[in-house]
Amino acid sequence: MPEMDPSEKKVLVTTGIVLMLFIFSVLYARNRNNDLPECIPYNKTYTEPKISKIDDSTYQVFAVAKMWQFEPSKIYIPVGSEVDFYVTSMDVVHGFNIPEKNVNLMAVYGNINKTTVKFEKAGVYKITCHEYCGIGHQSMQAEVIVNIPLNK
Amino acid sequence: MQISKSLKRLIYWQLGIPVTLLTIGIYHGLMQTIYRSGLIHQNSFAHLDYYQGLTLHGVINAIVLTTFFAVAFGHATITFYLKSEPNKFISWLSFWLMAIGTDFAAWAMLSGKASVLYTFYPPLKGHPLFYLGAALLIVGSWLPLFDWARMYVHWKKSNRETKTPLAVLGTLVNFIIWFVCTLAVAYEVLVLLLPWALGWKPTVNVTLARTLFWFFGHALVYFWLLPAYIMFYTMLPKLAGGKLFSDLAGRIALFLFLIFSVPVGVHHQYSDPSISQGIKLFQGLLTYGVTIPSFITAFTLAASLEYAGKKRGSKGLLGFFKKLPYLDPNRYLFAYMICGLILFIFGGLTGMVNASGQLNSVVHNTAWLPGHFHMTVAGPVFLAIIGMSLYLYSTNSGKKIFLPRLNVIIPYLWLIGILIFSTGLSWGGLIGEPRRTNLGLTYLNPKNELFTPEWVPTTMLALLGGIIMTIAALFFFIVFFGTMFSRKKVQAQLTLPVSEALHDEKRIPLFDTFKPWLVTMAVILVISYTPALINALKNPGPGAPRFTPDSPVPQETSNTIK
Repeated sequence: MPEMDPSEKKVLVTTGIVLMLFIFSVLYARNRNNDLPECIPYNKTYTEPKISKIDDSTYQVFAVAKMWQFEPSKIYIPVGSEVDFYVTSMDVVHGFNIPEKNVNLMAVYGNINKTTVKFEKAGVYKITCHEYCGIGHQSMQAEVIVNIPLNK
Repeated sequence: MQISKSLKRLIYWQLGIPVTLLTIGIYHGLMQTIYRSGLIHQNSFAHLDYYQGLTLHGVINAIVLTTFFAVAFGHATITFYLKSEPNKFISWLSFWLMAIGTDFAAWAMLSGKASVLYTFYPPLKGHPLFYLGAALLIVGSWLPLFDWARMYVHWKKSNRETKTPLAVLGTLVNFIIWFVCTLAVAYEVLVLLLPWALGWKPTVNVTLARTLFWFFGHALVYFWLLPAYIMFYTMLPKLAGGKLFSDLAGRIALFLFLIFSVPVGVHHQYSDPSISQGIKLFQGLLTYGVTIPSFITAFTLAASLEYAGKKRGSKGLLGFFKKLPYLDPNRYLFAYMICGLILFIFGGLTGMVNASGQLNSVVHNTAWLPGHFHMTVAGPVFLAIIGMSLYLYSTNSGKKIFLPRLNVIIPYLWLIGILIFSTGLSWGGLIGEPRRTNLGLTYLNPKNELFTPEWVPTTMLALLGGIIMTIAALFFFIVFFGTMFSRKKVQAQLTLPVSEALHDEKRIPLFDTFKPWLVTMAVILVISYTPALINALKNPGPGAPRFTPDSPVPQETSNTIK
């Protein structure tokens, strides 16, 4: 190798340190807060929209996206519930975004997406479709209503 | 150097067609910001629908302009540095395939039969001619690579101990990346989508199609970027009045791009189902590998500019910034490049945010994303493309720049526009504003129940930025077409600014040969994409039928062409 300029050596070391820091942060943040969606094989059961209570603080939601609505369109759960969202689409690709909870999933025909999230505060959380899905895309929104009223 | 009439004509057409189409692309860019800010609450304006306009904006600006330019610039660099011209038949065949493909796709989009955006995710179906057109454009752009490779091998035979010129190396690396990544999208388009769109195949595996698309889609951004990198390394130091800090650094960066550009596409699918967390994490970490050539480049360019500034008599640590030829109308390419580089700092940093799986869940598919990539593709890439198009045109035709003082301020105006525009989009993205959405109809319509007042300031900023960008683009069209319609004044020739190297390291065989790098590229690709493709084949259930944007009811298979 030819002689390296001293400042080039410094910048390579700095790059290495910065890179390690990035990789450390990515690995450290795994399994905390929101992780990547779970990978589960297709199963037809999830294509029927449904809200089921597993126990007092655990809910299961089978969310089905269609042009241009989510079913169920209003999801009522009590404060402090942990919700497993199973998301799929009946037609084109849709998005499933709850910005306040960093829930960010794609709803894809023939595929099941899954994430788990805990709602600690009361309120109305909008679910917005954030993937272009045809002429009605801009009207596709649903709600998670936490604490009002208990069980629908 | 003097070049043949045929090559000259070819380069004119390859620059003129995309710049002409760019007027449509820019118009629809402005319209996006108008619709989104709620200034109008309409589905369409002047008979063109929002999503149709968005498709035109993406396809013209990000695919047609960039691909045509890369080929034209490739012809120019290869001819200039290897001192011989590409094969006439192959280069014109490539041009006609690309031009016809563009016509097909343009017809499908303009007639409203392919409002599927530039990512054309199935099962949203566009007109078959849209897919065929895209395939022709891509296949046409492959042909020159084989011709240039032949010229390179020929040149190398008589120049074994000479380093391959950096610009030639860059062009070859770029088109190898392009060839490899477009194999996947060509397969997606020709094998999965076209027969399905024609009704010959009833369904399509959506996740497989998305995975193949992103195999292409991320490498695509490097295909956009590398012509700009070639200019930054081989021209910018000269334009600044200095020398390239290190020639070897450029070679290392280019070969690292060859390795890291393609096997990272799954980071666009962090939010997708059916792809395991492990492979997402693995490709995410590989993505950080791309930061190495980027840091090398950032350092080398800054050091080159510092050298130039010091030569011009600057003092102190950062004094060199004040001594650069920012507003010299004779070195307008410097202005175009420096503005691109400033934007690229922010583009790069926001890109590193996106590469993290956790942070991606905050910003995925929100307005943050166009905020990010307008500081890359509409930053260094776009400015390098339009600046160099003007330069190649004017030097090859012997015409002087029309309104040179206006020309040199265009990039600064664009820089200001983009910074405001991207601030609006990035801020909006962080508070959940979706991308690719006609917000004005619902979320930014006070009369609609979905009205979301939080997004008023963010979309207003994007609108303001969009207006400034459009003015800058208008100025560019005035300068470009003004130059084109002016009279020939000086001698016409193919010429490029050439930077000498400050540290011109002696030839190291490893950094002057393709084989070991191509083998490494193939190995990493196989390792990182085999599991992703197995996932995409195994985990999904039934394939999807065909849907058009206007109906939740799938099209019958017997109904072949709509």
